[in-house]
Amino acid sequence: MASAMFRIWRGDPNGGKFQDYNTEVSEGMVVLDAVLKVQAEQAGDLAVRWNCKCGKCGSCSAEINGKPKLMCMTRLNSLPMEEPVTVEPMRTFPLIKDLVTDVAWNYRVKKTIKKFAPRKGDFADGSWKMGQKDVNRIQEFRKCIECYLCQDVCHVLRDHRKFDEFAGPRFFVHTAALELHPLDTQSRSEDLKDKHNVGYCNITKCCTNVCPEEIHITDNAIIPLKERVVDQYYDPLKMIVRKIFGT
Amino acid sequence: MVEYQTHAYDVLVIGAGGSGLSAAIKASADGARVGVITKSLLGKAHTVMAEGGVAAALANVDDRDNWRVHFSDTMRGGQYLNNWRMAELHAKEAPDRVRELEAWGAVFDRTPEGRILQRNFGGHRYPRLAHVGDRTGLEIIRTLQDHGIHQGMEVHMETTVLTLLLDGGRVAGAFGYDRERGRFLLFPAKAVVLSTGGIGRAFRVTSNSWEYTGDGHSLAYHAGAALLDMEFVQFHPTGMIWPPSVQGILVTEGIRGDGGVLRNREGRRFMFDDIPENYRSQTADDPEEGWRYTQGDKNARRPPELLTRDHVARCIVREIKAGRGSPHGGVFLDIAWIKEKVPNAEEYIKRKLPTMYQQFKQLADIDITKEPMEIGPTTHYVMGGVKVDAETQMSTVPGLFAAGECAAGLHGANRLGGNSLSDLLVFGRRAGLYAACFAKEHGDVRSDSGQVERAAREALMPFDRQQSGAENPYQIQHELQSMMQDEVGIVRNDQEMRKALEGIGKLRERAAKVGVYGNREFNNGWHTALDLQNLLTVSEAVARAALERKESRGAHFREDFPEKDPEAAKFNIVIRQGSDGEMQLERVPITEMPAELKQVIEEMK
Repeated sequence: MASAMFRIWRGDPNGGKFQDYNTEVSEGMVVLDAVLKVQAEQAGDLAVRWNCKCGKCGSCSAEINGKPKLMCMTRLNSLPMEEPVTVEPMRTFPLIKDLVTDVAWNYRVKKTIKKFAPRKGDFADGSWKMGQKDVNRIQEFRKCIECYLCQDVCHVLRDHRKFDEFAGPRFFVHTAALELHPLDTQSRSEDLKDKHNVGYCNITKCCTNVCPEEIHITDNAIIPLKERVVDQYYDPLKMIVRKIFGT
Repeated sequence: MVEYQTHAYDVLVIGAGGSGLSAAIKASADGARVGVITKSLLGKAHTVMAEGGVAAALANVDDRDNWRVHFSDTMRGGQYLNNWRMAELHAKEAPDRVRELEAWGAVFDRTPEGRILQRNFGGHRYPRLAHVGDRTGLEIIRTLQDHGIHQGMEVHMETTVLTLLLDGGRVAGAFGYDRERGRFLLFPAKAVVLSTGGIGRAFRVTSNSWEYTGDGHSLAYHAGAALLDMEFVQFHPTGMIWPPSVQGILVTEGIRGDGGVLRNREGRRFMFDDIPENYRSQTADDPEEGWRYTQGDKNARRPPELLTRDHVARCIVREIKAGRGSPHGGVFLDIAWIKEKVPNAEEYIKRKLPTMYQQFKQLADIDITKEPMEIGPTTHYVMGGVKVDAETQMSTVPGLFAAGECAAGLHGANRLGGNSLSDLLVFGRRAGLYAACFAKEHGDVRSDSGQVERAAREALMPFDRQQSGAENPYQIQHELQSMMQDEVGIVRNDQEMRKALEGIGKLRERAAKVGVYGNREFNNGWHTALDLQNLLTVSEAVARAALERKESRGAHFREDFPEKDPEAAKFNIVIRQGSDGEMQLERVPITEMPAELKQVIEEMK
């Protein structure tokens, strides 16, 4: 059996460093397999989050050779194994320990988004009539596994640290799923403009590029939301109307 | 003196998968102050991995469906060991629960008439599973999560419970720790709902995540509650087997529902070779009829690939043992063949099974639209669990409720696919409803400080054993998993299970010497050491119950007793902790079904 070198971040909020671990690897292994093997055999207290091991739960997000990825879906044969594989935590969020970061901020942001509010039902049993073509669009958004890799890579959060003002790509996808839901009656445009500041996004598509679910975050979620805000608040005709009638 | 934070609630829900969130939502809506504890982050629980769909007799695709058919399908699938009242409530209430999800924002796939689409699944007579492609579990947990966070419940993420507290004979809350910092937490509560899921990590090949260490089963057992049907562990017929690192990962039954077939290395559709008597009249005579069934022909009967999971898994094992398996020790599951029947098969497969397409492409370099998959059985689900009252979900300990996989009764000897998601919606809600009632009707509880001190002291002991010679918790877990897989797995016999019980005893002694290094902050080694106690308890319960049931029925197969025993159809096995601390087994007679339910079953034969 071949062996390979893994350069894994070990540390806590006070600091840390990369530590090298040599471990056996075999056909088909993913980065998470190697990390769990290191944990079981060499570093029992190595902190790592994981659950499903097949790209469905979004727990094992990390930066592998500097790229935000799910550890469970990154095959070793997709990496240059003659060099050490670096595995480090998502750098945008505060570190708890080793590969585990504090992502609680994301849960707080979600609570600030107005919840789903459906219109009245269509059928006698209170349920609704919706065609497949009506829901295709939001089913794309609902594939999101909340791995927060899009948040990790977003400049507004990673470099400009606008955690208090900006919701981030994940929550624009969430908002888009609600806004474009055929049954929803709520409007979230004002929040998008003032509270979640969709305008800060300068559509560099970094989020789209790292999404393991291949959601077209920028094109299908963020841009349509930006258009909604523009239509509602910055349409020149409407602005004139508002000026005249004061509404 | 141990330090801890205190969070008091009316209702404490332990576990935040589908059943826990359903319970928490209902209890909150009924005015209770609710705390939710989750071992992982919110929304990552095992429900997220459910693929195929949620079973509910909505009759949107086939108007012959109704609760009576669903009820009798569930009972037949469970070989009549099910709690018939739970099966009745489940079949009657599941449609409302699915519609409720839609009202909370879930977006299921649609029929041409604009209703919720339903698909075929093993053991269900009509297309019954509401679904979203092959990611139904994600849709359900996200819907419950996004609805739940606005209901006022408090969520304690990445928190693990060490012990349930008792006050007199009644449950009084729980004591545990947060994984992030390793701090102790006390949760006094008037009622507790266990919704911790299953025990799959007791086996080596499993579709279950690290969380599934039987915590709820073990907590309930040690609090004096009874466990039921622990011999029935479901081995899902189709798990990935190659490459080795993906072994056990689930391959949805939806593939077979959409026309996928099973073949051995000779290319033979071996499922036609053995069709159980009680399913013969419902099963297709030939591949052509089977195909027509999967395409919605109401006059056709289902292909044998859609027989119940216990039977399909055993047929696969038979083929492998007879030397007719695939190169890596499984059999072939083929959906690519439908290109003979469907014009743009590739697109059809990618649309119906997007996750499976990605999973095989990324993890196994297999394009399922072009070539067959190699699959084999994987430990998936435990039918056994906490014995509960059918209406209220209360265990034999007052104030302690259980719902979802960690409760028992609904599924009997074998669970039908799709009946788990509906189970957790129906009985999660019921547990929340009655837990909130219980909290209202009963006064405050007192925490036993002696019990808290003891639990904290025991939890910290692995840190005192950092010296060389201490046992490695990962190693013990690994050995237990291999032993359970080999000796209490899909094919069982007396000799091996006795050996396993001896082995569990030895591992228990070693687990008492387990040592961990590092500190209490997010220390996976420590967490693994603490979870070991639960795994050992449930492993022992499975092995003892399986030894006691001297017949083969449903998911429980004994090669030394390969037939069904009519006498054994009359009882369930109940496990309790005896006053000497040992596990006590009891055969409890099944109560007779009321005449009207008997009649339903008779009509559906």
